[in-house]
Amino acid sequence: MKGLRFAALGYLAAILVAPVGLIFYRTFERGIGAAWESVTTPEAQHAFWLTLVMVVIAVPLNTVFGVATAMLLERREFRGKAVLNSIIDLPFAISPVVVGLALILVYGRTGWFGDWFAENGIRIIFSTPGMVLATIFVCLPFVVREVQPVLREIGTEQEEAARTLGATPAQTFWRITLPAIRWGVGYGVVLSTARALGEFGAVAVVSGRISGVTETATLRVQERFEAFDPVGAYSASVVLALMGMAVLLFMNLLERRRRRMAA
Amino acid sequence: MASLPASPARPAIAARVPLAGGVAVLYLSVIVLLPLAAVTAKAFEGGIGEFWEQVTQPQAVAALKLTLGISLVVTLINVVMGTIIAWVLVRDDFRGKRLVNTLIDLPFALPTIVAGLTLLALYGSRSPIGIDVAYTRIGVAMALLFVTLPFVVRAVQPTLQEVDRDMEEAAASLGASPWTTFRRVVLPNLRPAIVAGGSLAFARALGEFGSVVLISGNLPYKTEVASVFIFGQIENDNVHGAAAVSVVLLLAAVVLLAAAGRLARR
Amino acid sequence: MAIEATDITKHFGDFKALDGVSVNVPNGSLTALLGPSGSGKSTLLRVIAGLEEPDGGTVRFGGRDVTHVSAQNRGVGFVFQHYAAFKHMTVRDNIAFGLKIRKQPKDKIKARVDELLGLVHLTGWADRYPAQLSGGQRQRMALARALAVEPEVLLLDEPFGALDTRVREELREWLRRLHEEVHVTTIFVTHDQQEAMEVAEQIVVVNDGRIEQAGSPADVYEKPATPFVMEFVGPVTRVGERVVRPHDLDIVQDAEPGALEAMVQRVVYLGFEVRVELVPTDGPPVSVQLTRTEADALELAEGDIVWVRDGRVPARA
Repeated sequence: MKGLRFAALGYLAAILVAPVGLIFYRTFERGIGAAWESVTTPEAQHAFWLTLVMVVIAVPLNTVFGVATAMLLERREFRGKAVLNSIIDLPFAISPVVVGLALILVYGRTGWFGDWFAENGIRIIFSTPGMVLATIFVCLPFVVREVQPVLREIGTEQEEAARTLGATPAQTFWRITLPAIRWGVGYGVVLSTARALGEFGAVAVVSGRISGVTETATLRVQERFEAFDPVGAYSASVVLALMGMAVLLFMNLLERRRRRMAA
Repeated sequence: MASLPASPARPAIAARVPLAGGVAVLYLSVIVLLPLAAVTAKAFEGGIGEFWEQVTQPQAVAALKLTLGISLVVTLINVVMGTIIAWVLVRDDFRGKRLVNTLIDLPFALPTIVAGLTLLALYGSRSPIGIDVAYTRIGVAMALLFVTLPFVVRAVQPTLQEVDRDMEEAAASLGASPWTTFRRVVLPNLRPAIVAGGSLAFARALGEFGSVVLISGNLPYKTEVASVFIFGQIENDNVHGAAAVSVVLLLAAVVLLAAAGRLARR
Repeated sequence: MAIEATDITKHFGDFKALDGVSVNVPNGSLTALLGPSGSGKSTLLRVIAGLEEPDGGTVRFGGRDVTHVSAQNRGVGFVFQHYAAFKHMTVRDNIAFGLKIRKQPKDKIKARVDELLGLVHLTGWADRYPAQLSGGQRQRMALARALAVEPEVLLLDEPFGALDTRVREELREWLRRLHEEVHVTTIFVTHDQQEAMEVAEQIVVVNDGRIEQAGSPADVYEKPATPFVMEFVGPVTRVGERVVRPHDLDIVQDAEPGALEAMVQRVVYLGFEVRVELVPTDGPPVSVQLTRTEADALELAEGDIVWVRDGRVPARA
C-alpha cells in the first residue's frame, strides 16, 4: 500500500498541486502592488463584473430547470424518457468551441433566427445575451444530475404519506420534496457556479472578445497573456483560482454539514 | 417488503406530464438541441460531398488524428492512475487524506484557461524545474491529463466503497495473493465504473480547448487539436469546415456518452 | 365507515397483481389482509387508499364510489412499513402536518397534537427529530400523524415488519387496544399469520392476486376453505393422504384400528409444548404436537414404536 500511496500522491503533486502553486508564486513575483494594480484596472473590473453577471443569470435558471427535470425523470413515466436522459448529458461531452459555433449558427446575423433578432434590434452574438446562452448550455446538467440520485434514494413514501394526509401536489413538493433534496440542489448550484465562472471556449467563440465590453475574466486571462502581460494574466488567474477554491471549500462545508445533520 | 416486482414509483392518478415538465423539455430543446441541430444542418448544407471534402482536408485530418491519439493515450494513463488514486483514497488512511480528496476536484473548479496557464508556467520555457514541453505534443498531453483526472477517480470511488470486502477475504483464505485477488475479484467488479469514467474522460479530452490553447502553441499538423482547428476555421470564416469537423466531434461525444451510460446502468 | 372493494383487477405491465378481488370490511372493524410476499395484499391496500388506480372494479366508502378519487381526498390514514417519517420535521410537526395543510388554527393544532402524543406515549419527544427515535417510536408517531386528521379509515401496510420481535408484540397489543378506544375502520396488511390471528377480527387470506377466504380467525383456522389457507394459517402435517393439524393428532402406545404405526425419531421441547417427529412404517414423516403433560405421561424416547391417531375422532373402545 505504501508504494501505491506514494505513486498516487506523487502523481497528484506533479499534475495538480505544483502547477497551481506556481501560479500564486508567479503572480506575486513582482510584488503585491503590481498584482493588485493589474486586477483593478477598469477592463479587469469589467471582466469580473461580466463573469458575475453570467453566473447570476445562468445558475438560477439552470437550478429551476434542473429540479423540474429531475422530478420529471424520477417521478413520472413517459415515452422517450431514456432519450431525454441522454440529451441532458450532452453538455458534458461536447467541445465548448462547438457550443459557441452552434450558438452563432442559430442566433448570429446569418443564423436561423438572425433576421428576427436583427429586425428587433436584439444582438445575441458578440454581446452579453449570447455569452449567457453559452454559459447556460455548459452548466445545464449539474443540478439535474445532483438532484436525480437524491430523489431516487428518498423514494416516494414521504410524498405518498403527505398525499394521504390531504396535501395537494404543490404542497407536497414545497413542504416535503424540496426540503428532502436540498443537499442535492446545494451541490448542484455550487458545481454550476464553478463551471460558469470557469467557462472559456464557448464564450471565446461567441463574444468577439472585445476588451472592456464582452470580455469575461477567463477571456481576460488569455488576452493579457497574448498582450505579453504575464502579471496581468497570472493575477486574473489567481482571482479565478481563489474563486474556484472557495467553491471547493463550500462543497466541503456542505458535505460536512450534511453528514453532521444526518448523524 | 410486501411489494410486488416491477412496481414503479408512480403517482396513483394517470401520469400526465405536467406543465412544469413540458417547460423543462422546451428549455432543453431550445438551449441544447436547437443549436446542435444548426451545426449539423450547416455541415451538410452543401451536400455530403462538401462535408466529406471539408473533413478530409489535410489539416483537418491531422487535427483529428492528433486529438484522437493523444486523448486515447491520456485516457489510458488516467484510467490506471485514477484507479490507483481511488484505491488509495478508499482503502488507505493517512493524515491529510480529506484534503487530498478535495483536491481531486480541483480540475473541475479551476477554469480551463487558468489550468492551461499554470501548466505552461510549470512546464513551459520559464519552467522552474527545467522541463520545457511547450509547443509539443507532450505539453498537450499534460494539459489533458490535468483536466481529465477527476473523471475516473470519481467514477471508481463510490463503486470501490461498495465492493463487498467479504469476497476479498474469501479469496485470501483460499490462498490468493493481493494482486491476484485484485485482478480476479475486485477489478471485474470495478470494470463498469472504470469504463464509464474512462468514456467521460475520453469525451472531455476530445473536446478540450481552454487548457490546451496556450501550452500547445497551436501549430498545425504538430500540436493543433481538433477544437483549436475549429476555432481557427471560425475566425477565418470557413463555417462549413468548422461545422464539418464539429459534427465528427459531436458524433464521437454521443457514442461515448451512450457507452458510458449503458455501462453505468449495469 | 364500511369499505367495499368489488372485482378489483390491477396489472403492472404483464404481471397481474389482483385478479377480480372483492372484499367487504364492516364499519369499525379491524381486518387483516394476510398472505405471502407477492400475493397482492399490499396492492389491494394501496388501491383502497387511492395510491394506485385499479384497472377494473370499484371501491366504495360507506356506499360512496371513491374509485377515481385521489388519495388526497379520500380521508384515509395510511401507515407505511418504513414509517415514511418527514425527516426534516420534528415529531410535533410531523403529527401536525395534516392539520396545518387544512389551515386549522394554531391553538387547536397544538391541543390535538398534545392529545395524540399522549395517546401514543410520545409526550416529551415532541421536539425531537425522527432520526432520534427508535423504530417503534417512529411507527407510533406515524400512527399519531395518520390519526390527527380523524380519518374514517385507517390503513396499515406491514406496520410492524421492520421492528424487533419484542417491539412488534408490544405494538400489536397496543394497536388492538387503540382500536378498542378509537373504533376507526382499520385494515392492516401482514404476512405473519400469528399477528393476524392475534389482532384482527376478520382475516382475509390473499394468494396470487385472489382471495382464498375471508372470515374470523377461528373460521380461517378451524374451517379452512382451501389447502392453501390450511397450510398458510397454521402448522400442518400429512398423515397418509390427509392434511391435518399436528395438535389434532394423538399418540398411543397400543395399536388400534385406523391408527398409523410409526417410530419416534426426535422429541423436541418447545417450552409448554412438545413436538414429536415420527417416521411411519409406510408414508412420509409425521409431526405431532402434544402438551408437556401428555408428553410426560407417554415417556417417549427415540426409537420407540407407537401409534398415531386422529385426536378429533373419539377413541373406539
